[in-house]
Amino acid sequence: MKDVADNTMKAPGASDPNRRDFLLLATGAAGAVAVGGIAWPLISQMNPDASTVAAGAPVEVDLAPIGEGKAITLKWRGKPIFVRHRTAQEIADAKKDDTAALPDRQADAARVRAFDGKAQEQWIVVYGNCTHLGCVPIGFSGEYNGWYCPCHGSHYDNSGRIRKGPAPRNLDIPEFAFLSASKIRIG
Amino acid sequence: MGEHHSTYVPKTGIERWVDARLPIVRLMHDSAVSYPVPRNLNYFWTFGGILMMMLVSQIITGIVLVMHYTPHVDYAFQSVEHIMRDVNYGWLMRYAHANGASMFFVAVYIHIFRGMYYGSYKAPRELLWILGVVIFLLMMATAFMGYVLPWGQMSFWGATVITNLFSAIPVVGESIVTWLWGGYSVDNPTLNRFFSLHYLLPFMIFGVVVLHVWALHHVGQNNPSGVEVKNYAKDTVPFTPFATVKDLFAMVCFLMVFAWFVFFHPNFLGHADNYIPADPLKTPAHIVPEWYFLPFYGILRAVPDKLGGVLAMFASIALLAFLPWLDTSKVKSGAYRPAFKIFFWVFVVVCLFLGYAGSQPTDKAVLTLGGRVVLDMVGFGQILTVYYFAHFLVILPLLGLFEKPLALPASIADSVLASTGHGHPVGAHASPEK
Repeated sequence: MKDVADNTMKAPGASDPNRRDFLLLATGAAGAVAVGGIAWPLISQMNPDASTVAAGAPVEVDLAPIGEGKAITLKWRGKPIFVRHRTAQEIADAKKDDTAALPDRQADAARVRAFDGKAQEQWIVVYGNCTHLGCVPIGFSGEYNGWYCPCHGSHYDNSGRIRKGPAPRNLDIPEFAFLSASKIRIG
Repeated sequence: MGEHHSTYVPKTGIERWVDARLPIVRLMHDSAVSYPVPRNLNYFWTFGGILMMMLVSQIITGIVLVMHYTPHVDYAFQSVEHIMRDVNYGWLMRYAHANGASMFFVAVYIHIFRGMYYGSYKAPRELLWILGVVIFLLMMATAFMGYVLPWGQMSFWGATVITNLFSAIPVVGESIVTWLWGGYSVDNPTLNRFFSLHYLLPFMIFGVVVLHVWALHHVGQNNPSGVEVKNYAKDTVPFTPFATVKDLFAMVCFLMVFAWFVFFHPNFLGHADNYIPADPLKTPAHIVPEWYFLPFYGILRAVPDKLGGVLAMFASIALLAFLPWLDTSKVKSGAYRPAFKIFFWVFVVVCLFLGYAGSQPTDKAVLTLGGRVVLDMVGFGQILTVYYFAHFLVILPLLGLFEKPLALPASIADSVLASTGHGHPVGAHASPEK
């Protein structure tokens, strides 16, 4: 009761924060939270749904049918993945280029995975989407005998490293591990 | 200038009753019948009406196509073929819609260049111009999403390339792209949302067109002399019948070109690869956007850096909104600006060449000297891109300061009468506009 009395005593237009200001701010804040609460589901519904996420579960790939010097393209999560079986010469070329001028510097050794403590450097597994704007590069072509993207002219080497062109990064490597010397799990 | 007084007189009791409650007939009469139009408008001023016609045409053919189309990755391509082969007049609806999009852009580019030549963006028409830029942006978004719906190879890879533009944004780029896709790649959720938005955006365009026309009718139309209306009786004619009939004639001529494409060369402006169903594992050897995006695509490809290319492309469009302040000349019409006139046409040619550069493979040679490639398509695109930006950021601001414009006619009426030899010679009493 005393507060009310105090409030009514104030001159009109007084700048001190009073109960009216408090109510106005509190209502505004509650309204902002409510708008945010309504907006979030509307925005979030556009993110990948449960079935899309479930369909993106890990897959196992048998490497045995892929001969040396060959490559396959498989589809995972709607994207192509290149699995390339490199020859000894190609591995040597890639390692030699570790010291070349690389726009996205990464050693060839960092782009292969190990099994049983031994680097499986004959196997290169990369996403088949150019890191520029997502086109699928063509294998065994380009100036570095890796991949060449026809859309905007990016050249990758056999390790999937960007060497020339507008792409900003090396071809991305999906999460994968060797289950045996001839089998990998992607994802 | 400014709003004229209403001359609508309700004749019957019903009209008076309606007019007192909702003056909608009065609004239509004042905007499409008695509205004063500068008497010297040339045929370039008919493209606003043509664009309105194309918007309505696209909405009608689009609504009809939706009655037969299935927005699903497994059925979209087939449902489009079903429209082409099985649906009564389906081929006509689809060809009218696909070619209608191209015709819409033909008209809008003429409309934009007309505004640029005659300085239609200058005070008091800045907001009118900016609303036009907003419509242009909405049109590009609509056209892009519509092109994805048939789910052919160009649909899929166009969607992939354009959505990937957003991955150039630092830190949050990849999350934004996943959000746009609704998955790990362009897939069924992407097709569904593009379909939803492709249906929505034309109605948003319609809304902005209402604002655009409102702004136009508030400030009045520009005209080839660039001189504002001073005397309504001498300088203007009523919209109906003068502009109505002239617009209708231009529309018929435009429809003849439209019909020629629809009936004789319906796939000339499209790309053959879009008749191959989408394949996420194989990119067409040479992907190009629809012709109306080529100049901007040329700018994107000219910049060797990913983020830089994306920024340059968006900046090339955003720059248009600042045109009213970049052009420092007090004279509106290019007809009275001898130097501007030359730079304007150079700019038009640069835009056309940018489109050409965007349509060609990047490693194609443009200039060879003694068997050596001196200039390839990327280098050519770079020169054009630099000029494009220089036109807005260097040439236009400086031109207004150094150019000596010709004497302006005293009024619109004077400019017309002088040219037909019945009045004062041009510039006899000219004074530059304040």
